[in-house]
Amino acid sequence: MKNSKKITYSIILAVIILAFLFFLETNKANYGMAYTVLMKGAILAVVAVSMNLVTGFTGLFSLGQAGFMAIGAYITAIFLIPTDTIQDVYYISGVSPAIMNFKNLLDSTPGWLQVINPYIALMTGGLAAALFAALIGIPVLRLKSDYLAIATLGFSEIMRAIISSPQLDTITNGSYGLKKIHGFSSIIQTFTIAAVCITFMVLLIRSTYGRAFKAIREDDTAAEAMGINLFKHKQLSFVVGSFFSGVSGGMLAMFMRSIDSKTFSVSLTYDILLIVVIGGIGSVTGSVISALLVTVSKEWWLRFFDNPLYIGSFQVPFFRTGFRMVVFSIILLAVVLFYQRGLMGKSEFSWEKIGKSVSGLKGFILKKTSKGGSNHVK
Amino acid sequence: MTLSTFFQHILTGISLGGAYALIAIGYTMVYGILRLINFAHGDIFMMAGYFMIFSMASLPWQIAIPMVCILTIILGVVIERVAYKPLRTAPRMSIMISAIAVSYLLQNLATYLFTALPRAYPEIPFLKKIFQFGTVSASLVTFITPVLTILLVIALMFLINHTKIGIAIRGVSKDFETAQLMGIRINKVISVTFVIGSFLAAIGSILYFTDRMSVTPFSGTLPGLKCFVAAVLGGIGSIPGAVVGGFVIGISETLLVALGYSTFSDAFTFALLIVILLFRPTGLFGEKNIDKV
Amino acid sequence: MSNSILRLEDITMQFGGVVAVDNLSLEVNQNEIVSLIGPNGAGKTTAFNVVTGVYAPTNGAIYFKDNLITSNYPKGSMKKLYAGQNNGKFNTRIEKTPDQITKLGVARTFQNIRLFKDLTAFENVLIAKHMRAKANFLSATLCLNHKEEHTMREETLELLNILGLTDVKDEKASSLPYGQQRHLEIARALATKPELLLLDEPAAGMNPQETGELTAFIHDIRSKFNLTVFMIEHHMDLVMEISDRIYVLDFGKLIASGIPEEVQNNQRVIDAYLGVQEDGEE
Repeated sequence: MKNSKKITYSIILAVIILAFLFFLETNKANYGMAYTVLMKGAILAVVAVSMNLVTGFTGLFSLGQAGFMAIGAYITAIFLIPTDTIQDVYYISGVSPAIMNFKNLLDSTPGWLQVINPYIALMTGGLAAALFAALIGIPVLRLKSDYLAIATLGFSEIMRAIISSPQLDTITNGSYGLKKIHGFSSIIQTFTIAAVCITFMVLLIRSTYGRAFKAIREDDTAAEAMGINLFKHKQLSFVVGSFFSGVSGGMLAMFMRSIDSKTFSVSLTYDILLIVVIGGIGSVTGSVISALLVTVSKEWWLRFFDNPLYIGSFQVPFFRTGFRMVVFSIILLAVVLFYQRGLMGKSEFSWEKIGKSVSGLKGFILKKTSKGGSNHVK
Repeated sequence: MTLSTFFQHILTGISLGGAYALIAIGYTMVYGILRLINFAHGDIFMMAGYFMIFSMASLPWQIAIPMVCILTIILGVVIERVAYKPLRTAPRMSIMISAIAVSYLLQNLATYLFTALPRAYPEIPFLKKIFQFGTVSASLVTFITPVLTILLVIALMFLINHTKIGIAIRGVSKDFETAQLMGIRINKVISVTFVIGSFLAAIGSILYFTDRMSVTPFSGTLPGLKCFVAAVLGGIGSIPGAVVGGFVIGISETLLVALGYSTFSDAFTFALLIVILLFRPTGLFGEKNIDKV
Repeated sequence: MSNSILRLEDITMQFGGVVAVDNLSLEVNQNEIVSLIGPNGAGKTTAFNVVTGVYAPTNGAIYFKDNLITSNYPKGSMKKLYAGQNNGKFNTRIEKTPDQITKLGVARTFQNIRLFKDLTAFENVLIAKHMRAKANFLSATLCLNHKEEHTMREETLELLNILGLTDVKDEKASSLPYGQQRHLEIARALATKPELLLLDEPAAGMNPQETGELTAFIHDIRSKFNLTVFMIEHHMDLVMEISDRIYVLDFGKLIASGIPEEVQNNQRVIDAYLGVQEDGEE
């Protein structure tokens, strides 16, 4: 397929998606559920791709996503709680003077800076997460993969413990969490930020550095013998991945408008792992599709699992609060056991493949019609 | 801190450490054989807590305790059969994800069946009896835990060192494939490992929760992680190591809480993990392994 | 200045109680083809792993183009064992990591082929070009290095062409036949632009015809890329035909060295390979 053709198709697809989002934005009231769920799906897609970058492409089994998201979320939240309501948020222990000064400083900046404030907030959140990743990466990335998993999981739990600790009450508001966070201006904004983040990661994966990551995943001894500095590249992947986990944490804070430390428990990491595994470990497209699909199913289509279901007067057993999550755990287990490649395996979306399957389908139909008469499919 | 409060805390720490040690053995044995961090082990321990609640609801403790042990063992072995056995030849990451999936499932299942609200843990009256030694007082369970731990470990060491199945377990943990070629029935050995691990987790759970009074679906996560750290500290694969690691973590955690750093007691555990892995990755009693190129 | 490109001095590698390489000294000169032979378990691959930085030696030093790349001295309990062996000649510890050594110009293949299995032949070679790429990760991500990227791809295609792998460039490495996998490993090693190429049993698993072609092939790449070749091989016909010089290891010790004819007629080598008859025992 020609490049120009591919570009045309991609533009058409982008326009269709934009038009759809625009439609949702203008008809928010009627499609509230779709609006919210897709927004959340886009945010989770960012963190799922970031996890895939580290786990699927570099072969580092890291389970610290929730911790990095928490860092990003709290920093973004502090940026984006309006100054006039900040006292209400911290009504129990009061605001730390440092935050107050910082907020006043933010408010005194010129208008254009305040417009891009949310982006600065997300960037800062991401950078802080990346900094933490760089620091803990120095010891933990030298470990074998399974120790890495437990060490990052441990890190994420430590973050949560520290955030909810009474010593940080005036900054994180302890276990009460932060509220009244300024949200997204529209779903288009959410999707744009997500798209930029994911595009960056895709480009990284496709670059020479991304190939080095894959080499490490495939065989680290051979990669090292080919002159790839293992630590430097693992660190790069881990830091970039954590940056985007931090950004998506910030986005989650903007989406939820209120956060607390319980939001970022280990089960959040497991939820993301579920998305990555279902999408296919090592496929960005898979992660994106799976993030949207899993979120939409979980929060919307399969909600009914959590409510008692009656057929006539017969109450279907099992259907009550919590059943939905049981179903999802079973799906995760089933995918790992019986369908390890997930939706996409290690392959990515490409117009060639679409073209091939379309022409394959055409050929199939033509063959059928010529063989079995004309009444099959037209 | 006066001397008597110090002893009081040490005693609590030893008791907590005993429970940790019993759980850590499960991690260390499974890792020794399958090279798998059994993420679900902490949740098996949590489920044992719920088993106890429901057994005690209708049965006297003399019957409830063996019943909890049997149920936990069944749970452990079923998990191994369903979630780990089919992945023997799969990449290491798959089997780890499978373990996480089981952990996720157990947590969600517990939330579904028993709700996320804490459930009161039943009291076994004689275990809660208070003893007084000078200024130090503690319930019987505090004394029983370390003693029981040591006795169980001695029995386990005997099993490992002097019985046929013990030799098989050691063989498999040294070299999986060779052991298989020597005619050792791998699956049986692995099942026995899970039986032992789950049994000890059940006992550990009774000792642990008796002091803590309530169970939630997430009660297993942090103790689970800590016990894994204990196993690493002792040298993964080494049973005495796991016991020492369990006691070290239990005592240091209790002391940190006593000093008012409760928030950081968890952080300390993981900082400890990172330090050990950096400076002595094989732990205190682990054997050194060289990867062949 | 000598024209030696690689020099091992008193290299000892001990794993616990096992001495895999025992006080090995050898030299490989510029543009030579040198073979390291010996019975199984003689410590040949270990010696390679020490040279490429996979293991740090227990004792000894390694020079590449007269630059010290590895040196170690016995410590603790080892000190007594190796007392007087190098008389305090090395008292510094230098351990270049495998990637640093590759960067200096030493490339290798592996005895039990270690390709990036799930990636294509093309990607396998392209990855080895990464080390010499100058772009940092941001400019590489934002595609600001397209010129360099283009050169890398061109050079990769050229290498695949030389190694006769153009037809299979988009096949997964693991799906290639054995002989081509060996070729691909060599292509990948050459992509790092080495001066010294270490081949660990290049003929292993090849059929007689492929083995026969190997001599010409190795000569060919040596002149094309101006290489020095240091190889481990079991296939005696190949070794005798191709080598300028041969070193023979047995139980970690160097037992003979010299040109092929000398080695062929050396009694200790014959004994090592055939076993010595002791007191009439079989």
